[in-house]
Amino acid sequence: MSRTLHGVAAALAVMLASSTAAFAQDPSGKLVVVTSFPKDLTSAFQQAFQKAYPKVTLEVLNRNTNAGVKYLQETASNNGTDLFWASAPDAFEVLKGANLLQAYKPKVEGIPEKVGAYPINDPEGMYAGFAASGYGIMWNSRYMKANELPAPKEWSDLAKPVYYDHVAISAPSRSGTTHLTIETILQGEGWEKGWRTNKEIAGNYRTITERSFGVPDGVNSGSFGIGIVIDFFALSSQASGFPVEFVYPTVTTIVPANIGIVKNAPNKAAAETFVDFILSPQGQEVLLQPAIRRLPVNPATYAKAPADYPNPFKDTSLGSQVNFDVEVSQARYNVVDALFDQLITFQLDGLKAATRAIHQADAALAKKPNDKGKALLAEARDLVAAMPVTAQEAADPQLAGAFTVERKSATDAVPERQAQVEQKWAAFAKDNYAAARKKAEEALALAR
Amino acid sequence: MTSLALTRESIARVRPGPAVAAVLIALFLLLFLVVPVVQVIFVAFQDKTTGAFTLINFADFFRNDLFMRSFWNSFYVSAMSVVVASALALPLAYLTTRFEFRGAVLIQSLGIIPLIMPPFIGAVAMQLLFGRNGTVNLLLRDHFGISIPFMEGLNGVIFVQSIHYFPFILINLSASLKNIDRAMEESAQNLGCHGFRLFRRIVFPLAMPGYVAGASLVFIKVFDDLGTPLLLNVNDMLAPQAYLRISSIGIADPMGYVISVVLIVCSLLALWVSALAMKGKDYATVQRGGGGLARRRMKPLELVAAYAVVLLILVLVLAPHIGLTLLSFATIWSFSPFPDAFTMKHYGTVFLESGQYITNTLLYASLAALLDVVIGTAIAYLVLRSKLPGRQWLDYIAMAALAVPGVVLGIGYLRSFYDVPMPFTGQPLSGFWLILVFALAIRRLPYALRACTAALQQVSNSLEEAAENLGATKLRTISRVVVPLMSGGILAGFVTSFATAAVELSATIMLVHSQSDAPLAYGLYVYMQSAAGRGPGAALGVFAVVIVGLGTYLSHVIIERGRRERGQDH
Repeated sequence: MSRTLHGVAAALAVMLASSTAAFAQDPSGKLVVVTSFPKDLTSAFQQAFQKAYPKVTLEVLNRNTNAGVKYLQETASNNGTDLFWASAPDAFEVLKGANLLQAYKPKVEGIPEKVGAYPINDPEGMYAGFAASGYGIMWNSRYMKANELPAPKEWSDLAKPVYYDHVAISAPSRSGTTHLTIETILQGEGWEKGWRTNKEIAGNYRTITERSFGVPDGVNSGSFGIGIVIDFFALSSQASGFPVEFVYPTVTTIVPANIGIVKNAPNKAAAETFVDFILSPQGQEVLLQPAIRRLPVNPATYAKAPADYPNPFKDTSLGSQVNFDVEVSQARYNVVDALFDQLITFQLDGLKAATRAIHQADAALAKKPNDKGKALLAEARDLVAAMPVTAQEAADPQLAGAFTVERKSATDAVPERQAQVEQKWAAFAKDNYAAARKKAEEALALAR
Repeated sequence: MTSLALTRESIARVRPGPAVAAVLIALFLLLFLVVPVVQVIFVAFQDKTTGAFTLINFADFFRNDLFMRSFWNSFYVSAMSVVVASALALPLAYLTTRFEFRGAVLIQSLGIIPLIMPPFIGAVAMQLLFGRNGTVNLLLRDHFGISIPFMEGLNGVIFVQSIHYFPFILINLSASLKNIDRAMEESAQNLGCHGFRLFRRIVFPLAMPGYVAGASLVFIKVFDDLGTPLLLNVNDMLAPQAYLRISSIGIADPMGYVISVVLIVCSLLALWVSALAMKGKDYATVQRGGGGLARRRMKPLELVAAYAVVLLILVLVLAPHIGLTLLSFATIWSFSPFPDAFTMKHYGTVFLESGQYITNTLLYASLAALLDVVIGTAIAYLVLRSKLPGRQWLDYIAMAALAVPGVVLGIGYLRSFYDVPMPFTGQPLSGFWLILVFALAIRRLPYALRACTAALQQVSNSLEEAAENLGATKLRTISRVVVPLMSGGILAGFVTSFATAAVELSATIMLVHSQSDAPLAYGLYVYMQSAAGRGPGAALGVFAVVIVGLGTYLSHVIIERGRRERGQDH
């Protein structure tokens, strides 16, 4: 298409957009939504929406979040998608960074600025939160009974020896919401202490799954007993009849799940209507359905919720403990993911062996105290907790540069390659875990 | 078995036909495999900061402990899977082709079902049966206080992969066994060779093309497969590493593509090694007896033992599907040997919601498989019978598809075809459902190609020459003599391509542009994202298995009948 034709087309588009805006009450046509949400959620909204706006045909395309982002990036040149609808705020950040979203301010009134400590909407209006979710601990009651395990309450409970080999999580590099949980612990407890907690829990992992749904799936089947999951996975599993329970620890973040209009959306008017619809009282009520179970962002909707429904706007302990700093999180996003993968996911065997030895030595020392043994054990714990980078280094753009997509200009200093950095961290973790195990075994020998 | 070198030369007189076919196939492979893949993996050779050509990324690969560990794990798992898969396939293939065995066709068909392991749900079923807290281990623990780590770490991957892919060996080996000239066996018997020695020295060596074709497929497929290890949460293997790298948000480093290149190179190496093993040997036989090997009648005691072995293997390899069936009827199945109760409602849900998925899948998978056997037969013929320069490369390039991760192919297709508008409608070409068929055909071409090559290796040249001497044209010779003689192998290729294309997910997920065009694997994916979707997902999985299983059985029956009729003409 020639340049002038482009111009004409653009002008036509503007005219068309303004004319449709004038008659926005009655949108029509096909509306294409790319989403990572399960069928339970999308089909419930689809039904409600089509009842209210029968002239719009809603076409829902399921992709997992990552594939959805890739899909939008690859198809941007001739975009056919109107809306992107997914949980992880960071996926929207990636799209926003790539200039693939379009600002829109929802017309719905009465939606607060924050849920817990997290802002509901993007400050620039590129995407809007429509449902809140928080991370917590889910367990299979049959499994717990058979293995005689007590119910956990806080993250730190999961580090107890009794849960060794019973806990599961999805990798933060694979699941935006797990990433937020890890980051929440880091911000709540500080970099050093936070990683210590994370690694002590990790020592009890049974497995680290590749997709977020792998964790509730495994808890539902009883392949492992306890999972670190987002609330609606647990609540909807419960509603489907699985023998599972769920608790929010005190330190948790309530984060919004989002919707955003894609740049150059073919059916912008209908897209805007859809955004307003899901934020309206009518749309928000859909979230209360047993198979969905997400927390509405419209506080008025809670009046219609069942009695024991968690309400982050009333229950102040929910998600407000940590004042979540989005900028700190953004600056070290990829570094935290890579650290978790290199120190925990891919070194899980070594970490578990060290943790096992520490648990055994600890139990033996409790029965037969020994100062030298205690000192050795403390050293072993420190070795496990040690980090190859400090909080300052993690936020350093130079390091982050090793993980970014964009090619720098030729004058920029060349950062280390990602593979080099990762190899360094992996070697660090491997050696430390081996040394920690040795120290713990020495401590155990002293307590015999 | 004498190779007639002289006449082979005469066939090789340059004719336009093979050259045209070769060019067409090369174009197809170029357009739908090479270009899309290169569009994606060139990043592996690019310096991230300057964009210049570099090999530093490969140096990083070999310096990285994790990648090297992954590499050896992948190698170990693939080799062990070939061993275990052979142990499963050999008895089934041997017993059903070598002896008079009631239900041989049924067993052959059931033996293919493991290939149709629907994504996600197959692994869930396996965990529920064999996992640490699965049926078997819960029962063992309750009654004997022991448990068997079937599914722990690499063991689990080997276990699931062998069950999943052993049909490659079964199908190709059976096809080969059936094609062996009865005269060979009879000559050996006349010379006093019997029993196991006969099998070891005469029958098995003659069936070697089929075995090697199957075993190399198993090796490469396990080496490149990412679904199973990922679902068992084993990520220190090569293919999962590539996938994790490529599909993670925010991390767009070249290593994922470097691993893809390594995977492709390793697959080609494995192929080359298996070709070396077959080199310099001639497996063709001139005479085609009715039904190949003589079928021996077994003594009653032998018969009982044989049935016991077959039954045991079948129960083992069909376990995932037994689990799947239980799951599709289960209300809740959690930490217990068997489901709490049974219900039909999941089938109701699927029936109402998923008819479109099933018709789409049948259409896509059969078109893709048809395309595969046509191209597979053509490539096999060109490679084995023509003297075109560079003809081996068609084989190598087509086989390389095996090592291309589905995600890479999917993204490559989007990059290559998204900006091409369709004639008349102006929709992006990548959204046209036929593109999905091409993607499936490319992904499954290697299966069909290996089967067709093995089949053609067993057809003697002299049969073609005889036909041509009698005045038949080349085309007529191929269509009336060569292809019918290859029919067993072609069917094997069709069945494997069809069955596996029906449940392919990774490329599909990138290329589905509208729900009405979506195949079954996509529907399964959608169901398996929620707790409430597990039952309906399993029911949809059962549908997939039944449909593909029935298709397989029917094609076996048809081929067997044709074979018998031809046999009677002798």
